[in-house]
Amino acid sequence: MKSKKYFYLFLAPAAVFILTFLIYPLFRTIYYSFTSWKNFSPKQSFAGLANYDRLFHDPVILVAFRNTFIMMAGVFLFQVGVSLLLAILVSKTKKMFKFLRTVYFIPILISATAIGLMFRLIYGYEYGLLNLIILWFGGEKQVWINEKTSIFLVTIPIMWQYVGFYFVIFLTGMSKIPGEISESAKLDGITPFQEAVYITIPMIRDVITSVVILVISGCFKVFDMVYVITGGGPMNSSELLSTYMYSAAFRNYNGGYASAIAIVMVAFGVLLSTVTRRILEPKETY
Amino acid sequence: MKSKIPQHTPIGWIIVMFKWLLMFGWAAMTFLPLYWVVINCFKPSDEILRNSLEWPASLSLANFISIMSYPDVNIPKAFLNSFIISGAVVVLVVAVSSMAAFALGRMENKMGKYIMAVLTACLLVPSFATVIPNFVTLSNIPFVHGNRIAAILPQTAGNLCFSIIMVQGFMRSLPMELDEAAVIDGASVPQIFTYISLPLCRSVLATVAIMVFIWSYNDLFTSLVYVSERSKQPICVILSMVSNMFGTDYGAMMAAIVVTILPPLVLYIFAQEQVVSGLTAGAVKG
Repeated sequence: MKSKKYFYLFLAPAAVFILTFLIYPLFRTIYYSFTSWKNFSPKQSFAGLANYDRLFHDPVILVAFRNTFIMMAGVFLFQVGVSLLLAILVSKTKKMFKFLRTVYFIPILISATAIGLMFRLIYGYEYGLLNLIILWFGGEKQVWINEKTSIFLVTIPIMWQYVGFYFVIFLTGMSKIPGEISESAKLDGITPFQEAVYITIPMIRDVITSVVILVISGCFKVFDMVYVITGGGPMNSSELLSTYMYSAAFRNYNGGYASAIAIVMVAFGVLLSTVTRRILEPKETY
Repeated sequence: MKSKIPQHTPIGWIIVMFKWLLMFGWAAMTFLPLYWVVINCFKPSDEILRNSLEWPASLSLANFISIMSYPDVNIPKAFLNSFIISGAVVVLVVAVSSMAAFALGRMENKMGKYIMAVLTACLLVPSFATVIPNFVTLSNIPFVHGNRIAAILPQTAGNLCFSIIMVQGFMRSLPMELDEAAVIDGASVPQIFTYISLPLCRSVLATVAIMVFIWSYNDLFTSLVYVSERSKQPICVILSMVSNMFGTDYGAMMAAIVVTILPPLVLYIFAQEQVVSGLTAGAVKG
């Protein structure tokens, strides 16, 4: 079908939404990041790179970056590892396949807010599940959340929540491997372990690549879980760029500085995932 | 089928046992925190303090009654707000994205591929990068400021790009002869959209609707920023404040978690396949 009039007419509502609430504000944030702008006053004054200069000398930004990388490391080692292992095991199981997939996926449906509150209660001193288990084994009650542990304690629920998610993604990738490959390999006497290492994992290489990129960009977008469990504390020890940007904008009302943090956050997220994609994707030959 | 480790040898048995242990172990790990919250939501707080691991002495609904009557938080109202916000976002996203997808997937126009490129680039923009200017824009409109619609508009925009890409892919896969035949029969472009394309896209639109609903229902960040009026806030915002407001009323907190996580879980029971495919496909959304 060819009709210029209807083409633009059908696109118009989407264009209005995307231009007003996505593209315009993105450029506006870039502009704000170069201004000195406080208390959401109607006027901003141009400040050049002052916000970025402050950002690179801000110790909390350093903590936020460190925390993001700790979170990524934990997620890679534990979450991606466990979900890949479970996917390999479950894909070879005919019985219980459906049941296990159903159960593993449940945490994804629950909001990070609810999970955060749940883990806050689990870490609680008086009544928390963790202290109860420790008492059970004859140990001493602990105050779990402190400056050293906070980032690890907010990473645990994130890892817990998303195992089932990557599990399903891996499983979908594995279901696309032709059955004949596995059967002929079995005739050659391959062990299940060898099959996983030499057949399954190489065959889902592109799935693994996209999971790695999802993890990287996902870690830059974590907010709800940290906000609910620690609020970035104690003493900024579990701050992420997202939570720090939120408090800069909506607690300290420093719109210029918060915008600079947001821009750095997007730039790093995009840069890191692009570089990773370049490294992991097989070289194309022309 | 031959395998180097026959299952009837002791080593084979150990491996098989270990495999099932891992698979059910993770299923148990998934259930444990949820089980703990569910059994405790029926107990009064002093019973939780005594032993939070035991089955409740009586299945009392006192906690649910008490969260319904807290002075500063109106849980039924918050539920209503959640359904109004997420419902409106779903309706808007489905309507606007199906129209745009129709233009991009069924109509020929040389601008089409550039628009697709812009939409794909927009996937990289997280809500953090647009939140401050959007907050300013929405604050300047009377009746919108702090109201439910202040969350509906940016949430719709944030979900559009991905939904358009997903639906247009589906529309493109439908045979073009359908439209050609309709044109010969004298159908207009809006008629082709309403009577031919839309009905055929029911399944993909249902997946989009479910994905958008769960995402919007669970999203804390945007509602926290845009909806400042207490009586208009959705359930996840209320839940994020519950631990400060309920003080030591642990039973009430557990009950609040349980009621909050119910709607997506009910959806999961009735439309499991669509929930799983919607949420995994929506992973790349910004």
